[in-house]
Amino acid sequence: MEWQKTADAVVIGGGMMGTCTAYHLAKLGMKNVVLVEKKTVASGATGRCGAAFRAQWGSRLNIEMGKRCIDKFEHMQEETGMDIGLYQNGYLMIGYTEKEVEIFRESVALQNSMGVPSRMIDHDEARAICPGINVDDALGFSYYERDGQADPFLCNIAHQEAAKRLGVKFQKFTEVTGLKVAGGRIKGVVTSRGEIDAPVVVSAAGAWNRHIGDMAGIDFPVVGERHEALITEAVDFDVCPTMLMSFVGDYYIQQRPNGTIIAGCGPNAYTKADHDPEVMGNSWGFLERTAQVLLKVLPRTRNIGITHQWSGMYDLTPDLQPCIGETDEIKGLWLNVSGCRGFMFGAVAGELVAQMIIRGSSDLDISDFHWRRYAQGKKFKDLMVV
Amino acid sequence: MPEEPQNIVVCRCEEVELEEIREWIDKGYDTFDELKRVLRVGMGPCQGRGCRDIILREISRRTGTPIAEIPCGTFRPPVKAIKVKVAAKGGDR
Ligand SMILES: Cc1cc2nc3c(=O)[nH]c(=O)nc-3n(C[C@H](O)[C@H](O)[C@H](O)COP(=O)(O)OP(=O)(O)OC[C@H]3O[C@@H](n4cnc5c(N)ncnc54)[C@H](O)[C@@H]3O)c2cc1C
Repeated sequence: MEWQKTADAVVIGGGMMGTCTAYHLAKLGMKNVVLVEKKTVASGATGRCGAAFRAQWGSRLNIEMGKRCIDKFEHMQEETGMDIGLYQNGYLMIGYTEKEVEIFRESVALQNSMGVPSRMIDHDEARAICPGINVDDALGFSYYERDGQADPFLCNIAHQEAAKRLGVKFQKFTEVTGLKVAGGRIKGVVTSRGEIDAPVVVSAAGAWNRHIGDMAGIDFPVVGERHEALITEAVDFDVCPTMLMSFVGDYYIQQRPNGTIIAGCGPNAYTKADHDPEVMGNSWGFLERTAQVLLKVLPRTRNIGITHQWSGMYDLTPDLQPCIGETDEIKGLWLNVSGCRGFMFGAVAGELVAQMIIRGSSDLDISDFHWRRYAQGKKFKDLMVV
Repeated sequence: MPEEPQNIVVCRCEEVELEEIREWIDKGYDTFDELKRVLRVGMGPCQGRGCRDIILREISRRTGTPIAEIPCGTFRPPVKAIKVKVAAKGGDR
């Protein structure tokens, strides 16, 4: 890809958050957008995620984002011209404590009031939705059938291809190593392959955003946290007909449309391999623990072969919620980070950020996602988080 | 030169044909991992044991990059599939 020294905007990071931002900037009419990616598109967390999306959140803004993202996934093939492996098989949230079930109940009421027809269901219905599931020790469930999943590589690549058609330039194997700032304004980026001058720079580097902020002496409140996952061989389509998740139980299990089953959990449920948690790697402890969960929750997976395990970096923020907006310190420098749900929020967040950059406002007010809330001693509250 | 046969399957796990691989290399997907992500080559149970060399050679031929300079992609554990009941801590009780 030919190097160009100037751009109208530079986007840092080719995951779902960055690629969608670049796509929407171009779609809204920006002529000269460059995306700079250290490796390749979908090589970060996006290409390593469970790729689930949901409207079952516990706060107004997240539910609205969730509704919009379901809409985006349902129209992504039309929008980008590529099949994205959409599979809407519903999310079954499994509660193991009274407190967790109460959170489900309150969240469902809020979701219903906002036009999301999710519902609380009982053990019998959970067993009807997912025959063979062992939920004897669960206390309650919520369910929404339009929640679903899609192929994370294809979603990311579909936006790259659509963005390229609109003129966006992708510079792969190119690392941003510095930010150019003068007079309180962003002036461009320094990279491993040269400089690009631009009046707008969007940091969408996922778990690595902190390092981008550091380049301008700004605190981007993001840390990376390794999360592991595994996948099985392809089996009969109905082994796990719906997506399963439990916050207290600390697991998720979902069958892909090709028959493979993906499962994972947070990093504190097992003995981690002994290396830097900010570096990718796989733990035997994860394999043992997740296999144990599979055996317990879905006993019929007993003889299924686990074929791969891998890991990816969560983009952790202090309240596990998005941090999105223009920095107060440097005009033209933006942060677009999801707080561990960038796959599902990417397309919506990318569009809203592009609207704010180009029009000065977005059609959904997401100012509550600005991270200046931390300096004000506030946190964004939503208890429907992993 | 004889015509190359049509529909040559390169990745047997995911049934990917040579023609598709060539198309995506020409769109700029010129490393093994990029082709893996868009076409699933090497994502099946064999992890590319059958197709990796063929694909790397094809990338080299179409881009003029020496084969040794093309990133050969990631290998993931376990090396061979392991049953859930065997991997589970405490076994199948
Ligand atoms: C196991 C696992 C399961 C998950 N499950 C889900 C799920 O079901 N649903 C969901 O919505 N989310 C899920 N997530 C979270 C989700 O994957 C992330 O929140 C999301 O992918 C973040 O997207 P991103 O574009 O911000 O970052 P990434 O996809 O990580 O992209 C950031 C990119 O920035 C690049 N970069 C970094 N530094 C630089 C630099 N200096 N210069 C240039 N480029 C740079 C990186 O190479 C990377 O490609 C999961 C994550 C993991 C690990």
